[in-house]
Amino acid sequence: MNNEPAFELRDVAFSYEGKQPALVNVSLTIHAGERVAILGSNGSGKSTLLKLLDGLYFPTQGVVRAYGQPLSEAAFDDDTFNFAFRRRVGLVFQDTDVQLFSPSVWEEVAFAPMQLSLKSGEVEARVDGALRALRIEGLRDRAPHRLSGGEKRRVALASVLALQPDVWLLDEPTAGLDPRSQCWLIDFIAEQGQAGKTVITATHNLSIVDAIAGRVFVFDESHRLAAQGTPEEILSNQELLLACNLSHAHRHRHADSGQEHSHPHSRPPAHAHDAESMRLTPEVQSPRHQTKELKDT
Amino acid sequence: MTPDGSPPAASLPQPNPSRRRSDVIERTLADISHALEHALFAEETARRNGLLQALDPRVKVLAMLALLLAVALSHSLAVIGGLYAVTLALAWASAIPLAFFVKRVWLFLPFFTGVIALPALFITPGPPLAQLPLGLAVTRAGVTTALFLLLRVSTSVSLGALLILTTPWNDVLKALSVLHVPDSFSLILGMTYRYIHLLLRTVSDMFLSRKSRVAGRLSGAEERRMVGASAGVLLGKSLHLSSEVYLAMQSRGYRSHSRVPGLAAFAMRRRDWSALLIAVALAAAAIVLGR
Ligand SMILES: Nc1ncnc2c1ncn2[C@@H]1O[C@H](COP(=O)(O)OP(=O)(O)O)[C@@H](O)[C@H]1O
Ligand SMILES: [Mg+2]
Repeated sequence: MNNEPAFELRDVAFSYEGKQPALVNVSLTIHAGERVAILGSNGSGKSTLLKLLDGLYFPTQGVVRAYGQPLSEAAFDDDTFNFAFRRRVGLVFQDTDVQLFSPSVWEEVAFAPMQLSLKSGEVEARVDGALRALRIEGLRDRAPHRLSGGEKRRVALASVLALQPDVWLLDEPTAGLDPRSQCWLIDFIAEQGQAGKTVITATHNLSIVDAIAGRVFVFDESHRLAAQGTPEEILSNQELLLACNLSHAHRHRHADSGQEHSHPHSRPPAHAHDAESMRLTPEVQSPRHQTKELKDT
Repeated sequence: MTPDGSPPAASLPQPNPSRRRSDVIERTLADISHALEHALFAEETARRNGLLQALDPRVKVLAMLALLLAVALSHSLAVIGGLYAVTLALAWASAIPLAFFVKRVWLFLPFFTGVIALPALFITPGPPLAQLPLGLAVTRAGVTTALFLLLRVSTSVSLGALLILTTPWNDVLKALSVLHVPDSFSLILGMTYRYIHLLLRTVSDMFLSRKSRVAGRLSGAEERRMVGASAGVLLGKSLHLSSEVYLAMQSRGYRSHSRVPGLAAFAMRRRDWSALLIAVALAAAAIVLGR
């Protein structure tokens, strides 16, 4: 890992027009080649942060720098800068449906290389390479909007992989994936990291954090950066996780003892009976919890 | 099953077709969104072997514009009817099933015309053809106006449908940019296409989720209220979607003035020139004859 900062945020604030702030007073540095997790509950500002890092929105206060350059509307009006930046940084949106808009998978994946004005031979090579890497060659002529959730996620990744970006911005990439696809996605992130790419993943899924990141930034519900540290430090800080609504105390019955009790719940592996749902988010954990809730109501 | 028709616990009653729910609005909306999706996203017809599929997209766009102009300027029902017949012949020659084509076009017609044509029946002054209650009279001039409108719109929609059904969408966009149609126009068109299917899916999802929650029958008023509420949600969603889709395009390097994807380089061949000539001649003839 080299120490050049890929992104630097100084006192950044952002609010959508006429709305409450979505990010408040955020300062952070992400180095090139680092794998980072942005952790926060729904609405804490993760997606907004990724859009700021991708130069799609610009801070209402403070500065966002990418590779030393301040990101601003004026900077992106310059075609050369826009070109160089878009080529280097790729964002996989939280909602795959907004990302997949072309009539066929092939055209979808070709969209970014075409914008780079590559020669058509090169475009084809990139698209084929991306389809192969994600093992979706069989989908090339299908319409993206008619695919399953897992297939859509792969197409969305392929559409960014075809850019061959140095920086991956992934917005809740495991949402809606079955456990097997989640494992596969974690491997994909690890591979990109080994290839020296910067991988920034927004998530509220605590169970994947130590697999996808070497450093964690935690956002709280007031849209501020609440903490940063290694996955071990963050995940063992029950108080922090409770305060940021990333973990919750709830009642449930232990299968072995039949006793009911209440305790905080954050890392599924901590519970023996949760072994099979390790990859699931805290909210949708073991089927047993759900059965109980149904019985209660 | 118990005699009164209620099922024993833990089993479902036999479906009985005579008890079918009459959810007219819902079914109509579902049909429309389904049909729209098929009409707009029928890439498979664009890949078929047919007359129009073999032509250069630029020619198709120009020919369509010329014929649209002819339809708008012509004042003869026979001439416009003739142009409508031409679109049917072209559909047939382009391996588009005629029943599919005609049904698709006429299904959307009420939306384009109904609102305008209906009042025209009554308010165009002239000798009355039929007297209706409330002092309304259908006039001959009113009928003619409505007929003109219907025929004009159906012919125009057919021309547009022919272009879309026989040309991959990216080629349509690229043709527009080659022909120096303003970028903002292509951009809006491109984005419209991109999120129409999302909206359609949202509509059908909303109705599906409603269906799964509504056990009993809804009254007409309740049904209308739900449709109204859905429309509001949809409007908000569509605004959100359009901006998100645009961000997603921007993120992958799209600029309003950048290249529209589409690999095939356009090259005019002899049959393209002939087709263009025929279309322009036809349009000119229609305008002169229909004056
Ligand atoms: N397009 C938007 N317009 C207005 N407010 C928005 C928009 N997108 C997000 N917000 C608001 O900004 C805050 C942060 O949202 P977001 O970044 O999407 O959070 P997260 O991705 O962590 O769930 C939320 O309060 C949300 O309601
Ligand atoms: Mg989000």
